[in-house]
Amino acid sequence: MNAQARAIVSGEKGARVSGGPDTFPKYLLLNAKRFADRPAMRHKTFGIWQSWTWSELTAEIRAFSMGLESLGLKRGEKVAIVGQNRPRLYWAFAAVQAIGAIPVPVYADSVAEEMVYVLNHAEVAFAICQDQEQVDKVLSMGDSVPTLRKVLYDEVRGLRDYDHTNLHPIDGVEAMGEAEYEANGDTTWVRHIEAGKGEDLAVMLYTSGTTGKPKGVMLSFDNLTISALNGNAFDRLDANEETLAYLPLAWVGDHIFSYAQHYTAGYCVCCPESPGTVDADRREIAPTYFFAPPRVFESILTAVMVQMEDAGRVKKRMFDYFMAHARKVGEQILNGDSVGFGDRVKYWLGGIFVYGPLKNRMGMTRLKVGYTAGEAIGPEIFRFFRSLGLNLKQLYGQTEASVYISAQPDGEIRADTVGTPCPDVEIQIAENGEVLYRSPGVFVGYYKNDAATKETKTKDGWVHTGDAGFFDQDGHLKIIDRAKDVGKLNSGDLFAPKYIENKLKFFPNIKEAVSFGDGRDYCAAFVNIDLTSVGNWAERNNISYASYQELAQHPRVYEMIQEHVDEVNRDLASEEMMAGSQIRRFLVLHKELDADDGELTRTQKVRRSFIAERYAPLIEALYDGSKEKYVETEVVFEDGRKGRISATVEIRDMKDHPPSFTPTGQAAGHQEAAQ
Amino acid sequence: MNMHDITVKHGQELRMTRPDDGIRRGDPLLVVDNISLSFGGVKAITDISFDILKGEIRAIIGPNGAGKTSMLNVINGFYHPQEGTITFRGEKRSKMRTHEAANQGIARTFQNIALFKGMSVLDNIMTGRITLMNRNMAWQALWRGPAEREEIEHRQAVEHIIDFLEIEHIRKTPVGRLPYGLQKRVELGRALAAEPALLLLDEPMAGMNLEEKEDMSRYILDVNQQFGTTIALIEHDMGVVMDLSDRVVVLDYGRKIGDGTPDEVRGNQDVIDAYLGVSHDD
Repeated sequence: MNAQARAIVSGEKGARVSGGPDTFPKYLLLNAKRFADRPAMRHKTFGIWQSWTWSELTAEIRAFSMGLESLGLKRGEKVAIVGQNRPRLYWAFAAVQAIGAIPVPVYADSVAEEMVYVLNHAEVAFAICQDQEQVDKVLSMGDSVPTLRKVLYDEVRGLRDYDHTNLHPIDGVEAMGEAEYEANGDTTWVRHIEAGKGEDLAVMLYTSGTTGKPKGVMLSFDNLTISALNGNAFDRLDANEETLAYLPLAWVGDHIFSYAQHYTAGYCVCCPESPGTVDADRREIAPTYFFAPPRVFESILTAVMVQMEDAGRVKKRMFDYFMAHARKVGEQILNGDSVGFGDRVKYWLGGIFVYGPLKNRMGMTRLKVGYTAGEAIGPEIFRFFRSLGLNLKQLYGQTEASVYISAQPDGEIRADTVGTPCPDVEIQIAENGEVLYRSPGVFVGYYKNDAATKETKTKDGWVHTGDAGFFDQDGHLKIIDRAKDVGKLNSGDLFAPKYIENKLKFFPNIKEAVSFGDGRDYCAAFVNIDLTSVGNWAERNNISYASYQELAQHPRVYEMIQEHVDEVNRDLASEEMMAGSQIRRFLVLHKELDADDGELTRTQKVRRSFIAERYAPLIEALYDGSKEKYVETEVVFEDGRKGRISATVEIRDMKDHPPSFTPTGQAAGHQEAAQ
Repeated sequence: MNMHDITVKHGQELRMTRPDDGIRRGDPLLVVDNISLSFGGVKAITDISFDILKGEIRAIIGPNGAGKTSMLNVINGFYHPQEGTITFRGEKRSKMRTHEAANQGIARTFQNIALFKGMSVLDNIMTGRITLMNRNMAWQALWRGPAEREEIEHRQAVEHIIDFLEIEHIRKTPVGRLPYGLQKRVELGRALAAEPALLLLDEPMAGMNLEEKEDMSRYILDVNQQFGTTIALIEHDMGVVMDLSDRVVVLDYGRKIGDGTPDEVRGNQDVIDAYLGVSHDD
């Protein structure tokens, strides 16, 4: 395995042509020429979509930028950008960069204390805010950010009576810039832009550290423009695309999709009316290029399913009939595989009656490429969208990589991989299974944190992702878990708890799962049933129960969960790296894992060490061969009272499936070919 | 860019189109003089006088049954007092019907929400513009030329209100499906759509949770600040009243027992007694 593990897998050669613009302000000037009358941005206000062409956008940004300079913003200074997806906040990026200053977008929903840390650490000189809420937060910091000189805002409302000594409306700043432009022209401004170089710092993005303080990731223009150009080429994105900007500005994904690619490809970015109208706005715009974390796709699917439950009988039957057909052939048609004529005709009919209207409802009629990333997506959800003929793909990225590490090429899509290395990206797997990459997008460093930079980035430019993964038989990267959570079974086989748990959790009946195996003989698991889903099933099957505990321990529930576990095992058996960690024994927990009891974090992630301690007797029972185990647990009720619940929990044995993967060889060949 | 070539510049504010009534900010907009109102033998209001100045937020408070809502109903012409006079914008007014009050620029919201439950938020707010529409029913039914232009203008004004109250996401939702707090906001929107000179709010925060109350307070202050609308409000939550209002009238058993700034009222012994529930001998 070692020889293979150290192999470097590279993506295709990148799309960068020398001599092109190397900063975003330069791209802006170019777009004002090459796409002058094409729409660059839209924003829905007062119920109507307002548009700006590239030349109008350039004029706005020029006025904004020259106004900022009149206010005293200088090259190299940092400017915080705080707010939701508003056109002017996007313009602020280019307006600030044109002068040679560095924008630092901040999460709009972070509380004042978190914001103080970032603004202080980044030593911002200006803060550009969306509205009163954000201005209040920034002003409440008072003197704790000594470098802060000016605060700007977009929406006037409620701010009229504030002290305007150091507070300026963007309108006013643009007017100042406009006056300056009319008086003296823009030669100085253009000279500023021409002075910008590709290796200059373009932006600083603070990563929300789950441990410790956030780190400021410094990305250069070269990082961003090359990554964006490669992304454009990979998905054949051009000036005809339209996207909806609805994810946080401070997140690297949005910075690439709604800014870097927007400038390099010249496509149109649409800002929704408000966070609550995103679904309706997406329907109106029908983006051609769309990005969302799995939970967004999940909620779209749920909304569709709920509405179909309420639909009339004819519609419901039509939906069920054609969706079954889509599941059968939809993905094959999308992948360009050969499908029989009859099936094609039926799929075409389905398009007219079901898939088309459905896509319209979801705002995906014109979708050319859709991405999901951030975490694992349930295969059912993924397949649902793909079977409708939507080109939904997975991507693996990081702030430190300017997003792109690996992505799925068209036609090579599977629910459980994150694709092959992106253009210009090299990936290798370290001895401990950690994924390392090297690319033109690799960040310059963490701001004022050399120690962390050295820890993450090696001298020859390789970056530690902190994620464990491997290349599967087809040369696709599979991410299994955080590297620090990955362990080994006594047999020497890899044990990746989250990978197994995710597979279990994709079943709607399973709400939570915790797997064990590091340093043990085999893999075993706790399962939590999903009360809504299992309760619903119980009702339909005339199974009566009085409590969660009773339902969880019901023999037929056990049977059902056993089937699910068996299916997961069959799935694991088909994967070379995972075949050894099939679940041998499992139990259904008598109580729901709960953040109030400290078993989950507030963001609903399993706290392994705590659970290992609290349920130590149950874990021992999983490994000592006993058939059942009496357990007593203290619980905290919502009002803070404490109580104890006890139960005798049954433990079931599972049979291993024989490995069913195609042995390596092929994969190695693929990797060599890639090199 | 769009069908009707309306250009709404970003950040443009809602204009109040009512003609200027010549009353300066700080001068009395409405004067209530020695009003008494009774239903048969029951005296709801006894000999009450106070004024509302242009541009202020005036609160009317008092325990249950003190006559607050009756007072509001008198102001907007729903009840006709047996004695006393009301002067609005310098004109003493005689018996007046509610729609005449509306035409004069008085709009209100109700203690129990009175929206059209089956209609969308947009349509509900649009009904608030009815007094400002000039075309008759035949024109509107035809919806050509002037009527079309008129509707577009009004729709634009309504969109500004929707933006102002941050209810874009429910623009097309039937009001009956909305939670209570949002319905209250829609009702405020409908009252605002009339571009009132005087806005009467009857318990705008009743039954709301803390967060909804904070939001509503914010909107009331913003309405007052941004449009300069004079507001008279009835409210039970003393914290809210003291924070929001410029001046407070206190009623108890149909009589005025206090009048002044929040601080003055807070120190008034009669008010303290009324709110502490001291027994009444009269």
